[in-house]
Amino acid sequence: MSLSLDPEINELKQLTHYVKEKYDYDFKEYAMSSFKRRIKRILDLYKFKDVDELITALDTREEFFEEFISEITVNVTEMFRDPTFWKALKEHIIPNIMLNHNKISIWHAGCSSGEEVYSMCIMLKEMGMLDKAKIVATDIDRGIIQKAKNGVYSAKSMDTNKKNYLRYEGKFALEDYCREVNNEVLMDKSLVENVSFRKHDLVQGSSFSKFDLVLCRNVMIYFNQTLQNKVLHKLHDSLFKYGYLAIGSKESLIWCDIAHKFVVVNNEEKIYKKIKD
Amino acid sequence: MLSKYNIDPKYKAIVIGGSAGSFQPITKILSMIPADFPLPMFLCLHRLKHVRTGFEEALSIKSSKKIAEPLDKELIKRGHVYLAPANYHMAVELGNSISLSTEFLVNNSRPAIDITFESASYNYRDKLIGILLSGANKDGAAGMKRIKERNGLTIVQDPNESMINAMPNSALAVTKIDHVLTVDQIIEFLLELDKLLKNQTSLP
Ligand SMILES: C[S@@+](CC[C@H](N)C(=O)[O-])C[C@H]1O[C@@H](n2cnc3c(N)ncnc32)[C@H](O)[C@@H]1O
Repeated sequence: MSLSLDPEINELKQLTHYVKEKYDYDFKEYAMSSFKRRIKRILDLYKFKDVDELITALDTREEFFEEFISEITVNVTEMFRDPTFWKALKEHIIPNIMLNHNKISIWHAGCSSGEEVYSMCIMLKEMGMLDKAKIVATDIDRGIIQKAKNGVYSAKSMDTNKKNYLRYEGKFALEDYCREVNNEVLMDKSLVENVSFRKHDLVQGSSFSKFDLVLCRNVMIYFNQTLQNKVLHKLHDSLFKYGYLAIGSKESLIWCDIAHKFVVVNNEEKIYKKIKD
Repeated sequence: MLSKYNIDPKYKAIVIGGSAGSFQPITKILSMIPADFPLPMFLCLHRLKHVRTGFEEALSIKSSKKIAEPLDKELIKRGHVYLAPANYHMAVELGNSISLSTEFLVNNSRPAIDITFESASYNYRDKLIGILLSGANKDGAAGMKRIKERNGLTIVQDPNESMINAMPNSALAVTKIDHVLTVDQIIEFLLELDKLLKNQTSLP
């Protein structure tokens, strides 16, 4: 397991500094423990002796940078992750939004390979509302967005997805929304016809529109508290008043300075409502 | 004071890992620890990925401590017992907080003991005690090695007593283990440590 030595904090700082200067991506305020593991993984994967060698590679081969971004980010995701969360959306949140709207706008911030987006579209379709939704799905990692657009997943990953869908108590079967070809699963593309997949960086990008519902799940756990706070301001700006924000089931807003601009709607599933501009 | 384990009072935290066969030992240990045991404890126990609730309660029933799954970036408090949540890795973060992560499975597990142990040893250095209980794979062995390299203290459950001994044995195979103990002895050890730490703080 340990080929390279553990990178030290000062080396990591050097790296984040370099990446900011040269490529204008800012990882300085990412949570150190996971960031360190990601860097160590890159060192081992590409057989770099130390962080210096990694910096040299980034300096001499610009095309390596996209790979670097893909490796730095944690893209692990599932369809209908936390089935009880999706049930809460289906039974309470979406119906609530639709009480006084005939359209719904949704932002998946940090959508990774798109499983969360397909889950949303399947849910909305089963509720007969897919055509009423305007969905934007963004991520910092271009490669993973392409994967989300393609909607092709390994057959193996579908086991978890299917189990989640069953626990979510969907109307049909997940198999109805995809077909298997050579150990790969091709999602029904018509589901995401009206989804706009784009690259967007939560750290340096600004809020670009307003939404009724923002999902930013298991993204901010990779940030330190200071950065979580900054990003929360952007998520807040991106919500209509009385819009909903959903974060990961083990994340929290309580230590952010604008926590009081939200109320908890569902504490188990970490769904909040913006109550103040 | 009678000292059986000759413990250095320098320790600041305890990590405990376990898998198959560790539920009985861990509940027993938690039931014997006094409510005011001063060190924070981090428990990483392999568990079903999709069962999010119930485990905290199950572990808390017989304990005078409240065992709680932390939220991401929660601050570490004296004497609290933290349990790695289902489907998340749990790491000790710089700045005395806890980070959760959904990274790939490590040793086929999420939460992985190696991640909790390695991150804790990075932060607590020689002031960490690692305890590895019964289990069926090698998760935790690399973490124990790291703890030892940084001069922390390593303890495994006696393989003869462990319901499944692959986990303690893997640790024994890769690094020096300071104590090989039965569950009752682990409890004895922790009680001695408890006394030691309390005496120390009551000194001027
Ligand atoms: C673990 S995935 C979360 C996927 C999904 N939301 C879920 O909960 O299953 C985290 C995603 O956040 C993205 N991410 C990390 N930093 C980001 C940033 N600064 N801006 C936008 N996305 C970011 C990563 O590329 C990754 O795809």
